[in-house]
Amino acid sequence: MDFFDRFAIPHASPAIYASMVAIVLTSVAIVAGLTYFKKWGYLWREWLTTVDHKRIGIMYLLSALLMLFRGGVDAIMMRAQLAAPESKLLDAQHYNEIFTTHGVVMILFMAMPFIIGFMNFVVPLQIGARDVAFPRLNAISFWLFFMGAMLFNISFVVGGSPDAGWTSYFPLAGNEFSESVGTNYYMIAIQIAGIGTLMTGINFMTTILKMRAPGMTLMKMPMFTWSSLITNAIIVFAFPVLTVLLAMGTMDRLFGTQFFTTENGGMDMLWANFFWVWGHPEVYILILPAFGIYSQVISTFARRNLYGYKSMVWSMVIISLLSFLVWVHHFFTMGQGALANSIFSITTMAIAVPTGVKIFNWLLTLWKGKIVITTPMLYSMLFIPLFTIGGVTGVMLGMSAADYQYHNTMFLVAHFHMVIIPGVVFAMLAGLTFYWPKMFGFMLNERIGKLTAWIIAISTLVAFMPMFFTGLDGQARRMYTYSEATGFGPLNMISFVGALGLAAGFVLLVYNVYYSTRYASRDISADPWDARTLEWATHTPVPSYNFAVEPQVSSEEPLWDAKKNGHELFKGEYKEIHMPNNSGVPFIMSSIFFVWGFSFVFSLWIPLILATIGIFACMTHRSFEKDHGHHISVKEIEETEEKLRGA
Amino acid sequence: MRELFPAKQVMGFVFSLVLTAVALLVYFLDMSFTTGMTILLITAFVQAGLQLVVFMHAGETKDKGAIYTNIYYGLIIALVTIFGTLLTMVWDM
Repeated sequence: MDFFDRFAIPHASPAIYASMVAIVLTSVAIVAGLTYFKKWGYLWREWLTTVDHKRIGIMYLLSALLMLFRGGVDAIMMRAQLAAPESKLLDAQHYNEIFTTHGVVMILFMAMPFIIGFMNFVVPLQIGARDVAFPRLNAISFWLFFMGAMLFNISFVVGGSPDAGWTSYFPLAGNEFSESVGTNYYMIAIQIAGIGTLMTGINFMTTILKMRAPGMTLMKMPMFTWSSLITNAIIVFAFPVLTVLLAMGTMDRLFGTQFFTTENGGMDMLWANFFWVWGHPEVYILILPAFGIYSQVISTFARRNLYGYKSMVWSMVIISLLSFLVWVHHFFTMGQGALANSIFSITTMAIAVPTGVKIFNWLLTLWKGKIVITTPMLYSMLFIPLFTIGGVTGVMLGMSAADYQYHNTMFLVAHFHMVIIPGVVFAMLAGLTFYWPKMFGFMLNERIGKLTAWIIAISTLVAFMPMFFTGLDGQARRMYTYSEATGFGPLNMISFVGALGLAAGFVLLVYNVYYSTRYASRDISADPWDARTLEWATHTPVPSYNFAVEPQVSSEEPLWDAKKNGHELFKGEYKEIHMPNNSGVPFIMSSIFFVWGFSFVFSLWIPLILATIGIFACMTHRSFEKDHGHHISVKEIEETEEKLRGA
Repeated sequence: MRELFPAKQVMGFVFSLVLTAVALLVYFLDMSFTTGMTILLITAFVQAGLQLVVFMHAGETKDKGAIYTNIYYGLIIALVTIFGTLLTMVWDM
């Protein structure tokens, strides 16, 4: 039985045993349900093997929502533990594991798939393309991300979760201080998901540069597509750093190399350095697509074109460059001199300029607009003031001398949550409500939606504003408890109430989906928001080929021009359409990657070698496969179009 | 026949061999660490540029602009990362 000892949890608790039982029961229920309703074939044909960018997008969004709830439960547990001084709800080890997984899950497995999901669904439609440039690569991207996320998520019931923080700084993350396999999970799972993300970056850059509809020059692209192009460029340049860094970390932990040790010429600080060389651009990978969604939503519901299109584009280009020049501000206190700190302080503050340009452009778009307050618009309106709180405290943290006071306190925690929640999460919820009718053919209930937006916004303030104050008073982050004499108790209790409010908001979101699925009208037009760009020129549901006839573009807002200024969008006749075939290989290969990762985590070398052979076998199969896709005949297009127009 | 002869590629191939030979000299000749590294760095970058332009056909299609923008962007970021790291981790520690 020695062999199985390694899979045991080093710090077991009743909560973890309960989760094990819950996971087994849920898996059994899913398998039984799929068998009972005879849905295995449907699942395989329509989803697991699909290469359709719209379905892959939807799968990304579903995974992101799932992970949002997983990370959310972590957050509630942390706030519950800190709500009162000397609390015994969680022990130190369990708390460490929870804040680590909360960070990783929320950034890499919630926010990333959320933005990539929107890119998948929206970008090809916005540029008038039929799919992405490499549809099968896109499927591989998704399944690699999914398997990486699943591998990371089983850590807390098999072998123990990582516990060195989401930044996993060495030497804490080294074998000496992190003895369980938890940090191996961190290294391998993020590596697998990261490869998927890198592929997405290449795929979408190619798609946007090569597959735009005739007439859509770069400066006529919708703002979300622009933000996606910039984001994917950042992905392509930033993610290789993470790939190499994780490989080095893995070698340190499993093969005895000395990159990040404190002796034999290793340098532990180098981990922090390279982590943030990737980590800071990552922040902009998350926020730029969110800005893109706000731009779409604000110009749609202000009923006018976006103010300052060119300055929007240029500010994003400048942000993308500056995002690579500021990483040292994450560790001003590590011991480097005033010169280095000053340089990075200045570059950090420089980023506020292009960001400010964007904020003012949105305000000026609103200024002469006829504003319609819908749920997506409400999120965008709430975003501006809340995000500004996060942004202003960011400038405070960016001053290297003052940072010695704020560093590693709850002030920092409050700052980045006030940036990420209004900046990214609100945008994702706005985008979800905005694109929901295009995805599923009905609208989410507006009344429940607006109530949700208000609850989430107010709870964000209640949860995170107190942390600014406890942080300035000296409450350190990542401490699992504090004594009563510190006086942090009442403010932390308020924070906990805010966290509960956020939980209530997300439950209400789920209720809205349930309610609208049952009661919402299916009789909506293909363009229910009276929007301006090409994705709304398709039918609902969007046919597999997206556009029967390639659209002709002559401005930034082709659909608006078609509706109001008599621009003719679809000229010409139906022609045969060439589409890619579905394939099971991406799913199978990624499943083998899961086995590969699991074997790596537990140093099971024979299964690892077998899985590696399996991965190469899948790639070889692809190299010799003759798959030229399929053609949709004119007759078939006519029938589909007739049916969709009638519906 | 003149148009058919790939003069550019042949010249490129010969030049890349010369660069390799020069880089090999660092191993066979006795020179200081600094001189050796300088020779290696210069030959490596010239070699990489040569491969990109002559054998990977950067600049021969109408994507020229996008390709060179990406290369220069990548170069700038690589240099900033390396020198920024040296500054914070070594020079100003």
